[in-house]
Amino acid sequence: MQQALERIAVPTLALLASAIAFGLLLAVYARVDPLETFALMYQGAFGTWFSWQNTLTRAAPLILTALCTALPARLGFIVIGNEGALVVGGVAGAAAGIATSGASPLVAQLAMAVAAMVMGGLWIALAGALRQWRGVNETISSLLLTYIAIALMNHFVEGPLRDPSSLNKPSTWPIGDANMIGTIPGTDVHWGLVFGIVACLLAWVVLRFTTWGFAMQVIGGNPKTARMMGLDVGRYVLLACAAGGAAAGLAGMVEVAAVHGRANASLAVGYGFAGILVSFLARHHPLAIIPVAVLLGGIGASGGLLQRRLDLPDAAVVVLQGIIFVAILASETLYGRLLPRKREG
Amino acid sequence: MADGGLGIWGVPLAMLAGAIRVSTPFIFVSIGECLTERSGRINLGLEGTLVMGAMSAYGVALGTDSPWLGVLVAAGVGLLMGALHAGICQLPRVNDIATGIGLMLFGTGLAFFLGKPFIQPKAPNLGAIDLGWWSDIPQVRQALQVNYLFVLGIVLAFALAWALQNTRWGMIVRLAGESVDAALAIGVSVGRVRLIATSIGGAFAGIGGAFLSLYYPGSWNEGLSSGQGLMAVALVIFARWDPVRCLWASLLFGAAGAISPALQSIGVTQGYYLFSAAPYVLTLALMIATCSPERSLRGAPGELGAVK
Amino acid sequence: MSDKFTIGRRGLLGGAAGAAGAAALGLAGAANAQKPLVVGFIYVGPRDDYGYNQAHAEAAAVLKKMPGVKVVEEEKVPETVAVEKSMESMINMDGATLLFPTSFGYFDPHMLKMAVKYPKIQFRHCGGLWTQGKHPMNTGSYFGYIDEAQYLSGIVAGATSKSGKLGFVAAKPIPQVLRNINAFTLGAQSVNPKVTTQVIFTGDWSLPVKEAEATNSMIAQGVDVVTCHVDSPKVVIETAERAGIFSSGYHCNQAKLAPKGYLTGAEWNWERIYVDMVNAMKAGQAPGNFVRGGLKDGYVRTSAYGPAAAPAGKEKADAAKLAILNGSLAIFKGPLKDNKGNTVIPAGTSYVATEPKLESMNYLVEGVVGATS
Repeated sequence: MQQALERIAVPTLALLASAIAFGLLLAVYARVDPLETFALMYQGAFGTWFSWQNTLTRAAPLILTALCTALPARLGFIVIGNEGALVVGGVAGAAAGIATSGASPLVAQLAMAVAAMVMGGLWIALAGALRQWRGVNETISSLLLTYIAIALMNHFVEGPLRDPSSLNKPSTWPIGDANMIGTIPGTDVHWGLVFGIVACLLAWVVLRFTTWGFAMQVIGGNPKTARMMGLDVGRYVLLACAAGGAAAGLAGMVEVAAVHGRANASLAVGYGFAGILVSFLARHHPLAIIPVAVLLGGIGASGGLLQRRLDLPDAAVVVLQGIIFVAILASETLYGRLLPRKREG
Repeated sequence: MADGGLGIWGVPLAMLAGAIRVSTPFIFVSIGECLTERSGRINLGLEGTLVMGAMSAYGVALGTDSPWLGVLVAAGVGLLMGALHAGICQLPRVNDIATGIGLMLFGTGLAFFLGKPFIQPKAPNLGAIDLGWWSDIPQVRQALQVNYLFVLGIVLAFALAWALQNTRWGMIVRLAGESVDAALAIGVSVGRVRLIATSIGGAFAGIGGAFLSLYYPGSWNEGLSSGQGLMAVALVIFARWDPVRCLWASLLFGAAGAISPALQSIGVTQGYYLFSAAPYVLTLALMIATCSPERSLRGAPGELGAVK
Repeated sequence: MSDKFTIGRRGLLGGAAGAAGAAALGLAGAANAQKPLVVGFIYVGPRDDYGYNQAHAEAAAVLKKMPGVKVVEEEKVPETVAVEKSMESMINMDGATLLFPTSFGYFDPHMLKMAVKYPKIQFRHCGGLWTQGKHPMNTGSYFGYIDEAQYLSGIVAGATSKSGKLGFVAAKPIPQVLRNINAFTLGAQSVNPKVTTQVIFTGDWSLPVKEAEATNSMIAQGVDVVTCHVDSPKVVIETAERAGIFSSGYHCNQAKLAPKGYLTGAEWNWERIYVDMVNAMKAGQAPGNFVRGGLKDGYVRTSAYGPAAAPAGKEKADAAKLAILNGSLAIFKGPLKDNKGNTVIPAGTSYVATEPKLESMNYLVEGVVGATS
């Protein structure tokens, strides 16, 4: 009970502290009224049905990319190559969509999703494999792989896969309107949100209720013990990395099939990097990813309103995100100390 | 040569020049991070520190007309950012990798926020030493325009390598990085050592940022750093925690970054995106080649959780 | 004067479209008679970048001073679903009825999607190729023939260069960029046929260190005049000035950044277009759907000559400007070869600025060192 209370109280305190710090910056440096700012942010993020849809649309890709960090993190691996997995997934998805453009939409969509997930999965599994068999640090290799992925995307989009009629915004051939996956009925929010939530639920079920999940917990707790128990650590590492990469790859496919209709440089706009933040804020817990992504999406959604009404620069919301992130991470230290607790056994 | 072109010889020259021009931020960030990591702490937030350093250096140089004062302030700002990181990470159960990413976001956001008024005006830049006076070829002279900070970076790399090996202070840092228990046993305050090492590392990164905004490319805007701070952190692992190797790695990285424009300038125009990725591919390839499961810990500080 | 005729005809089409648009506008226009007209601007980068976005923001600042007009702005909006939401938010929360999404990538699919969803709102896009019948009537596009200004800059550069080697730092090999590179080169070749232009693509719109590297590596190859087509020319111009070579600006006037070496530059003048469109809205009409214009219309201009500009170059540029204004000079005319030796415009053919083929240019002309892929 007290633990549950703490899980609410600690982040709330951290958010409150962030709000105060950000409010001070606004009041002292930018000379705007912090309360007015927060009211506007609420309005822009959650104040109306339109705002909610705006927030959820922005949250959708973050939920999927966050899994790319969260799943390997359960084994103690810090992967930050989310952006790269999203980008290669998007390009592979677009390529599959173009290749199957004659087929029925369902086949084309499935092909796109599978291609994107396989490509994204392989991309991050590569970082996992390099770690497992060559001892290459996965945090750094996945970061390098991201830069390589973006270069490859640019190469393909402006070279072999380029649609010559995409004049001033080089893009691949379109996947065709029929193959677009559209929005959730009654909303403007694309299906990526549903994919993300389902993926998080699935991850939670696997981690919580299956032997695989249990084995991952053991490995994450102590890899040496896991090896002594005869667990094939390498296989789990590859699986977790591949699953995470597949989630980010799917996010890329959603960008192509629900937003752009083709692959281009707009795939690499930072959804992957934001996903890293979401995962850490959610303490790599698949279910916690959803509300955290919504929070971050909401901050993003409200940024425009701050620019228009208060003449604040775009960077204002980045500062707020940074403060929140640091505050929540620092608040980890409060667990077990905030509330008097019965002695643990 | 009458028209001043060097043809194919321009490529190695451009790479040398690129190494000299582009590498300085990498040198500062990586040797700073090297020191931090040797004390057992990782700071992924140096990208934010670098950008804060660039912004504050430019702002101060603009306000006071003294670029060197800008460098000094950038170092001070970096010191504070480093201390903030160390202070937060000192709290029990706080993950240093994640905090670093958080501070990266915070630093870049704050720098953009506070730096708005400095984008338009033109601040005085740091000067250069002309080391190419002996040559008649203008390209060589241009390539050997060397900034003081570049020289300082080289000196610092060697000095740090020497100090880590041969001074009492260096041994304390390494002890804190290798084994907390051993450090505690002889009465060393690990927290204080890491606080100092991380702060100094931040100060170095701040100077690296000052180089960007005050020398090359020499102006402040929001796209100034395209991930140099983050890459420099990767370089440290690549360089196996040795400041002198950090120096070589930075030079290599700078040279690799100059390949794409240099090749295009002599007419090799195919696949320039792939050439742009050269530094990253190179780093990854060298990491794969030099690591192995048994040796992955060689040179790594024992207490550095991130690279175990 | 076929040039003028084409514009006239297109203007007519725009007018017809305007009538239809006005009907759709109808009620909203009348109801808002007392309310200010809310105009939304969306920029892809920071609005004070000394370049592309600033050129738009400066014109937006002019609108702010007009009575009965309220301007709302958002900067650094990526070309994703984010820009759709920004447009929607401006419509829903600020009551904007005229939107200017200023980056090329906003057009398809983002702006088109919003235009279908909000048929009563007018969307005008910078750089897109609006086509009657294909695109909604409440959308439109505008652009300036800045290649005319680049041609004049090229003349000054070609006359001033001592080495005969010009440099062009470009982001990506897209038609708008290629057209500028070609016009700049053709201008230079008109005064010195031996001139070559070295082009280096950096791969993205804002990469300061790479832009500086590109400039330096061209200087190492003997280039002595550089210009660029990236979002912010600041770094290129400053690097050139520091190296003691000449520079030619783009987007805005960068003379302040290079007091010694700045020759001239190709600048946008969006003010004209924006003021016209806002006035049309206030009169209850839809702004033009396809607005294009060059030096003659005042949509583009060149920077005042710097002290280093060769007198001969200034003279010839002034003469060429007159010829462009009176329609006797076409920049792209046959016979024209690309730098691979293929004929791209046959002899006897001459393209006016409005020629749609020029908007899908995919070659570099003879004399340009570089490749499009």
